Amino acid sequence: MALDQSFVGRTYPPTSAYEVGREKIREFAEAVGDGNPAYTDREAAKALGHPDVIAPPTFVFAITFKAAGLVIEDPQLGLDYSRVVHGDQKFAYTRPVRAGDRLSVTSTIEAIRSMAGNDILDIRGEVRDESGEHVVTAWTKLVARAAEEA
Amino acid sequence: MAAKVAFEDVEVGTELPAQSFPVDRATLVRYAGASGDFNPIHWNEKFAVEVGLPDVIAHGMFTMAEAARVVTDWTGDPAAVVEYGVRFTKPVVVPNDGTGALIEVSGKVAALLDGNRVRVDLTATSAGQKVLGMSRAVVQLS
Repeated sequence: MALDQSFVGRTYPPTSAYEVGREKIREFAEAVGDGNPAYTDREAAKALGHPDVIAPPTFVFAITFKAAGLVIEDPQLGLDYSRVVHGDQKFAYTRPVRAGDRLSVTSTIEAIRSMAGNDILDIRGEVRDESGEHVVTAWTKLVARAAEEA
Repeated sequence: MAAKVAFEDVEVGTELPAQSFPVDRATLVRYAGASGDFNPIHWNEKFAVEVGLPDVIAHGMFTMAEAARVVTDWTGDPAAVVEYGVRFTKPVVVPNDGTGALIEVSGKVAALLDGNRVRVDLTATSAGQKVLGMSRAVVQLS
């Protein structure tokens, strides 16, 4: 069943703050095998001009995708998550995420399309720090495959 | 921001050092924990097959993270990445055979932009299949 077009443009309330931990960044960097010292060594990060260790570029997805749960699990929208695959992902950074950040995400439905029975949902997540400054925007395209193909 | 690559040292066609990233089941379990993505298609073969996949597949975001390393290892400062986007075109299939899969990533400068920025286009393949499409980063050089 096609998703309701009237949800396009709908913005969900900002999430409560996610505090970025130094050890969580380390865990993520180790999980992707990335030894860049800017992720684990405060002095190395400072030498690059950062106030503390920074997170790898895709780290923030864990935060924005959790926030997108407000959209994905919105009973009024009625997305069948069991048939959803991740289509596209994009980030635009004002600055890197860093340890100590308290980040809040505001999710907006940018587009809903139906193509060959698949529902395509574009969600934009604006990530801001405690002072309200923009950190990064994440665009996530989800594709709910047509029921008959499931 | 302190990219170790200077804008004047690159041109359209400049190649970034290519890299290969091995991925096995243990890699995926570790990534699941670190990222909080516990979808069973990334660790449970029975479940993956039941939903129509050939086998367990890697997290798309894992592949996206590895592909980014070709850019961040090139610039030194990961903050040089100001935009980064990919399309997930094919899954990286990770068999439980003690070897797993290999993700091979190459990149080259595709366009020179204003403000000492460049667009880097990345190519990521696994088992001969292109696994990312439209994989592009805008990078701030010094």
